Amino acid sequence: MIKAILIFNNHGKPRLIRFYQYFAEDLQQQIIRETFHLVSKRDDNVCNFLEGGSLIGGSDYKLIYRHYATLYFVFCVDSSESELGILDLIQVNIIQTHVFVETLDKCFENVCELDLIFHMDKVHYILQEVVMGGMVLETNMNEIVGQVELQNRMEKSEGGLSAAPARAVSAVKNMNLPEIPRNINIGDINIKVPSLSPF
Amino acid sequence: MALKIVKGSIDRMFDKNLQDLVRGIRNHKEDEAKYISTCIDEIKQELKQDNIAVKANAVCKLTYLQMLGYDISWAAFNIVEVMSSSKFTYKRIGYLAASQCFHEGTDVIMLTTNQIRKDLSSPNQYDTGVALTGLSCFVTPDLARDLANDIMTLMSHTKPYIRKKAVLIMYKVFLKYPESLRPAFPRLKEKLEDPDPGVQSAAVNVICELARRNPKNYLSLAPLFFKLMTSSTNNWVLIKIIKLFGALTPLEPRLGKKLIEPLTNLIHSTSAMSLLYECVNTVIAVLISLSSGMPNHSASIQLCVQKLRILIEDSDQNLKYLGLLAMSKILKTHPKSVQSHKDLILQCLDDKDESIRLRALDLLYGMVSKKNLMEIVKKLMLHVDKAEGTTYRDELLTKIIDICSQSNYQYITNFEWYISILVELTRLEGTRHGHLIASQMLDVAIRVKAIRGFAVAQMAMLLDSGHLLTGNMQRNGICEVLYAAAWICGEFSEHLDDPMQTLEAMLRPKVASLPGHIQAVYVQNAAKLFATVLQKHEGATDSQAAQDTSQLLIERLPLFVQSANLEVQERASCILQLVKYIQKLQQKDVEVAEEVSALFAGELNPVAPKAQKKVPVPEGLDLDAWINEPPSESESEDEKPKAVFAKEEPKQSRARHIEVDEKELARRREARKQEQANNPFYIKSSPSSQKVYQDAPGVEHIPVVQIDLSVPLKVPGMPMSEQYLKLEEERRQKERADKKKKDKKKKKREKRGKGKRDDSGPESEEDITPAHQVDIVTEEMPENALPSDDDDKDPNDPHKALDIDLDKPLADSEKLPVRTHRREVLKSPEEDGDQDGITQEAKRRSSKEKKEKDRKKSKEEEKKKKKKKHKHVVEEEPPEPLSEEPVQSEESAEVAAPPTSTSAEASDLDFWLSSAPVPPPIKEALAPKTSVAAAPDSEPDVPKDAEPDEEKSLKNKKKKQKKEKDEKKKKKRHHHHHHHGDGGGGDSVQNGTVEEEEEEEPLPPMSNYCLLAENSYIKMVYDIQGNLQDGSQVVVSVIFENKSNSFLKSMEFNVLDSLNSKLQRPEGASPHDGLVVPFQLPPGVSNEARFVFSVQSIVMPQKLKGTLTFIVKSEDSSTHEKLDFKLHFTCTSYLITTPCYSDAYAKLLESGDLKSSSLKLEGLNMPFHHLLARICFHHHFSVVERIDSCASMYSRSIQGHHVCLLVKTANQTVSIDAKCDEPSLLANVLDEIKQTFSQC
Repeated sequence: MIKAILIFNNHGKPRLIRFYQYFAEDLQQQIIRETFHLVSKRDDNVCNFLEGGSLIGGSDYKLIYRHYATLYFVFCVDSSESELGILDLIQVNIIQTHVFVETLDKCFENVCELDLIFHMDKVHYILQEVVMGGMVLETNMNEIVGQVELQNRMEKSEGGLSAAPARAVSAVKNMNLPEIPRNINIGDINIKVPSLSPF
Repeated sequence: MALKIVKGSIDRMFDKNLQDLVRGIRNHKEDEAKYISTCIDEIKQELKQDNIAVKANAVCKLTYLQMLGYDISWAAFNIVEVMSSSKFTYKRIGYLAASQCFHEGTDVIMLTTNQIRKDLSSPNQYDTGVALTGLSCFVTPDLARDLANDIMTLMSHTKPYIRKKAVLIMYKVFLKYPESLRPAFPRLKEKLEDPDPGVQSAAVNVICELARRNPKNYLSLAPLFFKLMTSSTNNWVLIKIIKLFGALTPLEPRLGKKLIEPLTNLIHSTSAMSLLYECVNTVIAVLISLSSGMPNHSASIQLCVQKLRILIEDSDQNLKYLGLLAMSKILKTHPKSVQSHKDLILQCLDDKDESIRLRALDLLYGMVSKKNLMEIVKKLMLHVDKAEGTTYRDELLTKIIDICSQSNYQYITNFEWYISILVELTRLEGTRHGHLIASQMLDVAIRVKAIRGFAVAQMAMLLDSGHLLTGNMQRNGICEVLYAAAWICGEFSEHLDDPMQTLEAMLRPKVASLPGHIQAVYVQNAAKLFATVLQKHEGATDSQAAQDTSQLLIERLPLFVQSANLEVQERASCILQLVKYIQKLQQKDVEVAEEVSALFAGELNPVAPKAQKKVPVPEGLDLDAWINEPPSESESEDEKPKAVFAKEEPKQSRARHIEVDEKELARRREARKQEQANNPFYIKSSPSSQKVYQDAPGVEHIPVVQIDLSVPLKVPGMPMSEQYLKLEEERRQKERADKKKKDKKKKKREKRGKGKRDDSGPESEEDITPAHQVDIVTEEMPENALPSDDDDKDPNDPHKALDIDLDKPLADSEKLPVRTHRREVLKSPEEDGDQDGITQEAKRRSSKEKKEKDRKKSKEEEKKKKKKKHKHVVEEEPPEPLSEEPVQSEESAEVAAPPTSTSAEASDLDFWLSSAPVPPPIKEALAPKTSVAAAPDSEPDVPKDAEPDEEKSLKNKKKKQKKEKDEKKKKKRHHHHHHHGDGGGGDSVQNGTVEEEEEEEPLPPMSNYCLLAENSYIKMVYDIQGNLQDGSQVVVSVIFENKSNSFLKSMEFNVLDSLNSKLQRPEGASPHDGLVVPFQLPPGVSNEARFVFSVQSIVMPQKLKGTLTFIVKSEDSSTHEKLDFKLHFTCTSYLITTPCYSDAYAKLLESGDLKSSSLKLEGLNMPFHHLLARICFHHHFSVVERIDSCASMYSRSIQGHHVCLLVKTANQTVSIDAKCDEPSLLANVLDEIKQTFSQC
């Protein structure tokens, strides 16, 4: 079981949180802080597993994380999940799906922290196609992307008349944002972990 | 209309959307909180509007704020509104917000039931999908109960997208509403073979989660999973299945055997590291489960270790980490194979990654042996020196102590070395583990008597050096060590060279800066030292020195009298007055030393920390019952009665406890002496090795020249642990040389036989004798201490409720509640509360009550179920296999697909496990069946003979339930074993008599099992077999049969060891510990356990007294019972059936080494071949040759004695001429043969 999925940046600011067990909001924030504290002091060249987040779970639980440029992707899982499997899941599905969907949607070159900041809801929708209720739902990326795309298309068709002006406005709003650095790249997103087969 | 919409959206244009909110927050970095609070006000306004788009937008923003830590539960109702929008766009926003913030305490959830149900049956698959996803996050017991049926129909939806989500969410439903598991399970099982890989994967996922918690209920699925494992190509699914098998194998060793081959194939073939790793993990689990049953799977272990080595050597830190993790699992059962990679693991200690270093440390813990302990600890000490972070250094410190102290200091051969290691560790700055070091010092000094002199010298030095007193040290807890030092110096002050000096050191003014509890110990032990000093001086008639000492105390103690710490103050003032009085007496030249030291006379014995807890509660004593009438409620809560209660209780148990101790102690001492006298470890330590220390006691022999400032841990005058390493090496070498000499002599003396074991290696574990004759005092325990009952299972664990027998057919009452009308649902049998039309507060309360009721009900139901089960079994009607009905009417009342036949399933599993194509190591699994078939004479319906118990157990077998499959299997194995023994005899008869065998009448069934003991609860029969592999071991197989109607558990088998025969206990157990019988016995069931005994001399029969303790658990009570028995080791039981060829036999007889003896049996009326078969079977002989009414027979003892018989018969008289190289063994065997035939 996956108990929680946290995405936060190098400063510990949450970009997406998804708990599969109820915690009150303040406790959630505390967990994020603690996790950030644990993860951020680790070098990039050490292993991606961490034991002993005291707030979630207990001894059976592990933190499995990946660090990409400005973002940490942290999964808190119990012993029924395969460590390497989850690492692949983060890399192959969550990140790439995001890249892919965003690419289609907005013609972004590369996913960056800003995409997550402004489209938290979309990231959630993608995540929902990968993990459901703490269990991995789908590992085939094409399938995930296909479903997300279909849902987005449905949303657009529903928008129709009423959504058009809103989109126009938001396009205008987005246009006067020259100061936002466009290319905070997530870095080398295709780091191939040697001999990890994609699912 | 259209205009209105356009107008609405134009309004909306100027509302903030999520992006605006984010942007705003980013632009208001300084006053973020303020900005957000204005935004929340805006959102509240937006939520008040009618336009659903505006509301959805507001909810979306709220979801973002929730992530930042803002409580949005106040908007729960608005979220429900958005969820119920007809548009997917908004619905999705609503469900997302709900999934983020709804939980069981959210009261509006109960309003969503119908909305969710509508969405679940929506024609749009994404509406359904979104509802399922949301529900998976906030499903409550009520929702689960109301929607279970709808979700179950979705499991057969036409779209795989929905199917997989529905399958996955079932797990959550099961957790919240356990009653749904059984009705839904057949369909879930069906989904394992769904054509869509996603659905299949989801089903595997769910069943793996379920099975992980209650694996035994899912054993019957093993064949299906096995098929999936060999056919699936989806690595994710494979990993899940392989992990599941890892959880199942401990329950069913045969499964493990079957798995090894495909798993090793996968290990060889896969390129995915994740899969490889999980395969290795499961193979390890299999090997662990097999380790008791199967002698060697060394190839598989080697493969695993080798693959893990590759992982550990990989540059990828993740693989390295996991490799170490898996390695530690192998370590537990196959330490030898890991130990050869010590180099690699020590290397990992240098890794820059702390997680990896910690893992490596864990591994080292299991790798130490007597041989390498010092070396490993030396390495660790180096690392302690180098370590930068305090956490890692602390970890190292605790590991060093753990490693050394594990299993009762098993690996320490030299305690002086250990003490000096501890002393060295005190130089660590900034460690938090001062108390740990202190407790080790105390433990060693108290329990290892031989070391006290050395320890006291070291502790005196610690007290003296005072480096621990400096302010910096105190803050970080290393000063705790002084607590131990002061206590040891005081308590064992007779070992002090210069008690006066130590006394002075303990009364330094600086001591007052130590924490209170340490000062208290200082004061108390100063008094002890004072007594010692007085005694010393009194003998020397030096009254001045004694008076000086008193003066010193009188001068220094006032400092402590002023202490702020109550304990210190009290002790100090008490002792001060005492000393003043003593001084007065001294001035009158009265001799006081005797009386003063009487104050501190007597020895403290170590008591096990759990001793108090383990005192069994005597029958009839209810600790929870009131002793006095409880105070009436109206009375004000008075402290007084409580205090009385608390005081009295411990006093009572205390007294009893001590009484027990006295006897126990005496008994133990006796036993220990015997054991030591008997144990080569203690006697044989060569005197030369002891001299090393006797000649140079204490500190003097340590060259002070060794000062080396570059190494901070070395302190002049302190012993260096390293030198012990060298000394130890020398000592061992010497010992080895000694041993070799001895061995040579031995070998000369005895030509053959015993030498076999000695050449196992250049220096096996046992060869290392301790440097001291160390007597590790075991901690005391009350005599009949209860076995520690590990009731550490969390009673609140939701998975407990899911421990449901899935193979049982469904009852009518178990159908899932079906929607007809809301009202109707409420009247479903599970509940009677009414929800509609009450205030929300009341609703919540009622739902709570209901939950409780549900729980109670379900418990009752379960009880009923159990009863039913029994009935069902007794009647022995095989449930008819019902075929699964195709599900058509999606929303109709038809639920709960009938389950597949259980008995069929159970036997399926057996069949699958035993008769499928078997790789070589699995052959044994096949064996039971064939042997049963081959030896029909032991089937219960075939007649009678001397073993009623055997028959009974067979009947029991018949009675057995499916649920007890494993027992059944064990049983079978036992039978197999029995036949094996039988077959062994039979075979050897055939060796010589193949031709005649067929014509002659069949042998009556025979059994070697004889009665061990019996009472109204339990019956034990036993058989003893020699161990082929080890000449000093015999295996006692005991069949326990539960004769009562109660459940028997916590059985513990204990035997009072004799000098000659000892029960083999797990490492670290004391020689008085019982062995826990690894199973429990339901009523009427029997099972077999084996116990290994080591024996030294086998020439005489032996009897060992023993006791079986167990707990009888019936419905309403559980009692503690015991049963005494006597194990009879006949000389026969030391014989092993060994075939012998006639030419070798002739040579043996010719050699002339054998002594002969003979026996005559008269009036025997049985066919000759029966006679031979009996000797073969009961006495483990084999027939070498048979000519008419004359036969030669042979057997061998476990220690290699040859026993030859020549059996002749004529006119009902049998004469046996026998030869053996050990006359007393022979005489005893002949006696036993005689006895066998006198019985028939």
